[in-house]
Amino acid sequence: MKYIDYKQLNPFQKFAYNFTKFFKLLPGRVASFFKAIGRFFVRLFTGIGKGVANYVTRFIKGDFAVRLSYLIFGFGNLAKGQIIKGILFFLSEVAYVFFMVFFGWGNLSKFGTLGTEASREMEVDGFTQTVFGDNSMLILLYSVVTIAVTALVLVIYIANTKSAAKLQQLKSEGKHIMTFKEEMKDFLDGKFHVTMLSLPVVLISVFTIMPLVFMILIAFTNFNKQHMPPGTLFTWVGFENFADLVSVTSGGKRGVTFIELTKWTIVWAIFATFTNYILGMIVALMINKKGIKLKALWRTLFVITIAVPQFVSLLMMNQMLQVNGAINVLLSEITGTEVAIQFLNSTPLMARVTVIVINCWVGIPYTILSASGILMNIPADLYESARIDGAGPVKQFTKITLPYMLFVTAPSLITQFVGNINNFNVIYLLTGGGPSTEQFYQAGYTDILVTWLFKLTMSQQDYDLAAAIGILVFIVCATLSLIVFNMSKSAKDEEAFS
Amino acid sequence: MIKSYKARRIISNTVIYIILAVLGLIWISPLVYLVLHSFRAEGLATVPYLIPREYSFQNYIDLFVNTGTLNFPRWYLNTFIVACCACVISTLSVLMVSYAFSRLRFKSRKKFINVGMILGMFPGFMTMIAIYYLLKAMGLSQTLVALVICYSAGAGLGFQISKGFFDTIPRALDEAATVDGATKNQIFWKIILPMSKPIVVYTVLTSFIGPWTDFILCKLIMGDKRDNYTVAIGLQLMTSLEFKSDYFKQFLAGSVLVAVPITLLFLKMQKYYVEGVTAGGVKG
Repeated sequence: MKYIDYKQLNPFQKFAYNFTKFFKLLPGRVASFFKAIGRFFVRLFTGIGKGVANYVTRFIKGDFAVRLSYLIFGFGNLAKGQIIKGILFFLSEVAYVFFMVFFGWGNLSKFGTLGTEASREMEVDGFTQTVFGDNSMLILLYSVVTIAVTALVLVIYIANTKSAAKLQQLKSEGKHIMTFKEEMKDFLDGKFHVTMLSLPVVLISVFTIMPLVFMILIAFTNFNKQHMPPGTLFTWVGFENFADLVSVTSGGKRGVTFIELTKWTIVWAIFATFTNYILGMIVALMINKKGIKLKALWRTLFVITIAVPQFVSLLMMNQMLQVNGAINVLLSEITGTEVAIQFLNSTPLMARVTVIVINCWVGIPYTILSASGILMNIPADLYESARIDGAGPVKQFTKITLPYMLFVTAPSLITQFVGNINNFNVIYLLTGGGPSTEQFYQAGYTDILVTWLFKLTMSQQDYDLAAAIGILVFIVCATLSLIVFNMSKSAKDEEAFS
Repeated sequence: MIKSYKARRIISNTVIYIILAVLGLIWISPLVYLVLHSFRAEGLATVPYLIPREYSFQNYIDLFVNTGTLNFPRWYLNTFIVACCACVISTLSVLMVSYAFSRLRFKSRKKFINVGMILGMFPGFMTMIAIYYLLKAMGLSQTLVALVICYSAGAGLGFQISKGFFDTIPRALDEAATVDGATKNQIFWKIILPMSKPIVVYTVLTSFIGPWTDFILCKLIMGDKRDNYTVAIGLQLMTSLEFKSDYFKQFLAGSVLVAVPITLLFLKMQKYYVEGVTAGGVKG
């Protein structure tokens, strides 16, 4: 289709066109995604190869001090007069050796088996004593820590050899060698990014990346109620947990639960996203309609519900939906008869519909808030020229407002979809997953995958299963997010409305 | 012709006014119910009518006097302390990361940004269990320090919105300052930061509000140590079966006490929120 043909379509045809185009291009996109991963690995390995080559050439070309710095950190710096920096390098090596001897190696050597001796009670001279054996959990945790520290020291080591080689070069060229004070000053100017990024990077590595690695490893072990260190040990089981989740034939409830909850999670995410989007958009359009007064008042009325912490409003809603709660009281007063509807604990359908409706109450204000901003941003001259050309309000809406809104908010729709897959608060605080059932493994009818994950960890201690679910949810969310990222990138390139 | 057009407009506007009024009532009524019943004097957890018959401050007084079993003032103070500490650390992290990504040019900057984005896609509480054990290994489990760490450690990953803001400041300013001999450190503190008041306020408020509303992490870390609860899990405890009949009115009063300051802060922040969301939406 040529550009001029595309421009003459109405918004719905445009949408259909883009929709089919999206799915037509999807295989190609997926392929290019994998190609990109392939390219990434190729680049990674060539990068490593180059690094090793540089490492070797630095050694060959280096003088005595540089070569010795390959064994003793900081020797190159010391030999060229950078005393403090040299000592710091050396200290890091000493610290690392001590760390490995007294802590790291002991754990890392058991990483393959995750420990063999469990703690047990033993009779010694008539007294019962606990003999402490291995603790798989700690071995795994400390191994991850050790690997992280080793990676850090490797970086320091490479920096040390580079620095030594550079000093040799500077010296042979007769250039000035920076003193320690000058280098510190450089951190406020030339290397300011190091100063700015070091603290956040350290925090994120320790409290986000390391736990993430740990959890990914847990998904491949059998760390659960039956294997709880230090009493009993756990070990590697490969892909058994994932197999558990997708197999319905082997009689396990887990497979059934996973498949049923996945279905409901998708249904929930679709309904939650689109009801909020469409209804919120309608309300926003009503508020922003020309001639409607007290716009700020209407907007504040809705927005104030965002401001109230979600756990307050949701716990409140939960109480109001009980059999003797406010909603039933209200219905009784209106109808004049005793009404006692079980909103949350009777049939699955009732509970699910209730959750989606309540989610509208929670979510629509967000749509109103962002939609109002976008509506106000539509250039007024577009409407003006449309009016001059004789377009009525309906035409203005279908030709200007709607395409503009769709264009701007399309990426955020998918972001919201991902957000709803992870929407823990609404489900957990409103229904707690109920109505409960024996058919599922530790889950109720309104549980979505993430609340199930939470229950498995909190009350069942099925860490292995929970970690496997987490990884699967991540894969889905990350794929969707990457698609959005690509879409918004292409939207930026088109610059249709800017 | 003109008359009928006018009449049509009036009718359509009245219909819209009616719809908005009804919707507004639906949206605001749970909150009104919350406030009204927090002053209710009679009855236990629930009453079979909508409007309370007698009003008193007794629920609020109980909240601060009856601290034997459930210590609400303590929870409030805990949350306030945690929120202040977390706010300082996260604001610094976010501003530092977003400034470095937006206005400094260095090797592998793009890679850092991509890694940050991918890390942000993991479901936040997937790492909870590991964080829990990590804190336990550090001897910090069930403490407020642990909460501060949890709320602020990952803050640097939320750099997108403020990066978008920094991106809009013209680079000519930096260049002019560099020509005048300013270091990058001075440029940050003396030129960019004073210009960025809206985004600083936005970041401070979001990170301050976070601990007041978070629920999951705190529940996991604190377990059964009620003295170190924050208001969120404390109030949830009040609605549990064990306490509901005696403490439900206090739950309402406590919710009001939490919701009012947060609401005021949020309304102040709303202006910046709209700016941030729309800027993010357009830039993608």
